[in-house]
Amino acid sequence: MGKTFAEKVLGKAAGESVSAGQVVIVEPHFCMSHDNAAPIWGTFKKIGVDKVWKPDHLVFILDHAIPAPTDKHAENHKQIREVVKEQGIRYFYDVTSKGGVCHQIMCEEGFALPGLVMVGSDSHTCTYGAFGAFSTGIGRSEMAATWATGQIWFRVPESMKITVKGKFNKGVSAKDLILKIAGDIKADGADYMSIEFHGPAIEEMSLAERMTLCNMGIEIGAKNAVCPPDQKVLDFIKPIAKTDEWEAMWADEDAVYAQELNYDLGDIEPCVAKPHTVDNYAPIGEVKGTPVHQAFLGSCTNARIEDLRLAADILKDKEVAVRTIVIPASWSVFRQAMKEGLIDVFLDAGCVITNPGCGPCMGNHEGILAPGETCISTANRNFKGRMGNKESNIYLASPMTVAASALKGEISDPREVL
Amino acid sequence: MKITGKVWKYGDDVNTDVIFPGKYTYTVSDRAEMGKYALEDLDPEFTRNAQAGDIIVGGKNWGCGSSREQAVTCLKVRGIGAIIAKGFARIYYRNALNEGLPIVVSPEAVDALEKGQEVTIDFDRSEIVTPKGTFKFPPYPDFVKGLIEDGGLIPHVKKSLGL
Repeated sequence: MGKTFAEKVLGKAAGESVSAGQVVIVEPHFCMSHDNAAPIWGTFKKIGVDKVWKPDHLVFILDHAIPAPTDKHAENHKQIREVVKEQGIRYFYDVTSKGGVCHQIMCEEGFALPGLVMVGSDSHTCTYGAFGAFSTGIGRSEMAATWATGQIWFRVPESMKITVKGKFNKGVSAKDLILKIAGDIKADGADYMSIEFHGPAIEEMSLAERMTLCNMGIEIGAKNAVCPPDQKVLDFIKPIAKTDEWEAMWADEDAVYAQELNYDLGDIEPCVAKPHTVDNYAPIGEVKGTPVHQAFLGSCTNARIEDLRLAADILKDKEVAVRTIVIPASWSVFRQAMKEGLIDVFLDAGCVITNPGCGPCMGNHEGILAPGETCISTANRNFKGRMGNKESNIYLASPMTVAASALKGEISDPREVL
Repeated sequence: MKITGKVWKYGDDVNTDVIFPGKYTYTVSDRAEMGKYALEDLDPEFTRNAQAGDIIVGGKNWGCGSSREQAVTCLKVRGIGAIIAKGFARIYYRNALNEGLPIVVSPEAVDALEKGQEVTIDFDRSEIVTPKGTFKFPPYPDFVKGLIEDGGLIPHVKKSLGL
């Protein structure tokens, strides 16, 4: 009987052959923390250990509220800089033009690598599966304990195989596919499971599209989500890999799955997740015309150069009807967008561009909503209060749908403006 | 161990943003203060009136969304005795055990209980006693029992390191 991806990677890390349901204790490779590195440090100190287990396995990336919007945030950042100095943390991305949204940096800087077990004190850590890593989010106490001991337990998850074929029609992208999957299997559809994306359409997808899919694995309850570490991945990571300990690993043909799903991209249409849950799927036709007050093009889900290109194609030589906030996922994405003239397209269209970071996605700053307002957003969560006010509404959509909606000031079908 | 308390009942897919809003994640850093905002965007009545010893009863996928541990801490410091749900999102499940907040999966007990009723969780017998009957729940695996007995992950790690 063959092994799934999760069984193989966790088995290698544990040094034994393992099967779903078994509990293993492993040493993770890179451990990512963002602004929460400071409170984690506070918990770490309570353990009574002086030094973190391997300083070069820790990666700190400030992104949740940068530059600091309040003195509380500033104090938090200051403490992280002190920890970096004291513990000799080599991989630290401060408020500089090397930074950006943590998950984007982890991928573009060569931390997200095939076959590595990686953890992050953020639920969207599952994004690194786009590069063949086994990566998952953990809480603050658990990260503190991992810093101290270099060990973490996992129950080897059952796996869900999602096979994708076909080609996207015009105006449809990876975000529409993952919102459709969330609508089909619901927010707990993959609870505790490892999602494997298979099939010719996944191989055709860019790394950016695969990141969008894996990023939202957590929104359907998954422990991790992963795409095959194919040539596209290897070509990308080889020149930038931060360690040579990676190994391209993939599920056996005869692996056993708890559940199997099949999708044809030709069947997917532009869509949204309506307030207030990510699985509240609606095809665009059902919500077309809903007034919006703000459009947000950003977040770890959909703010890569590929996403900005799709939005810019729609906004070129036009003007937005509502305030539109564009936040590139990193400064390198920002710089590339500048070179390609996309920043000019956004500015000419009336958009506001802020520095790379999480922005308003989880209600910190740079685009909080007022009571009664509605935002159409490329982010990953539309929970009540997520963008700072519980009387506001969030619709999740693709970059193309968000751009089309920004032009009209109401939820719009991107196929009609392409 | 036995816990008895009054029930606060909620539905499916209660997410961490409504348990502890994201806007407080870096402005409220004192553990005790986190309790003041517990369930603020879900049930203001709970936020105002929840008492130490009360028990939360939820549907499937309790605690989905963010990894923020404050969504456990805010209930723990408020003195919430336990959470009974039809199921837990996986990060929340780990966070609860790591914070030493007892959580129990029992769809039958959830369906049997209503807001304001008294419920008893008997961990030694793996039973939940409700006005509509007694329900068994699966006991914790041994390594999880150790965590709970030590009062959470941090005391557990201290102990295992001999500190």
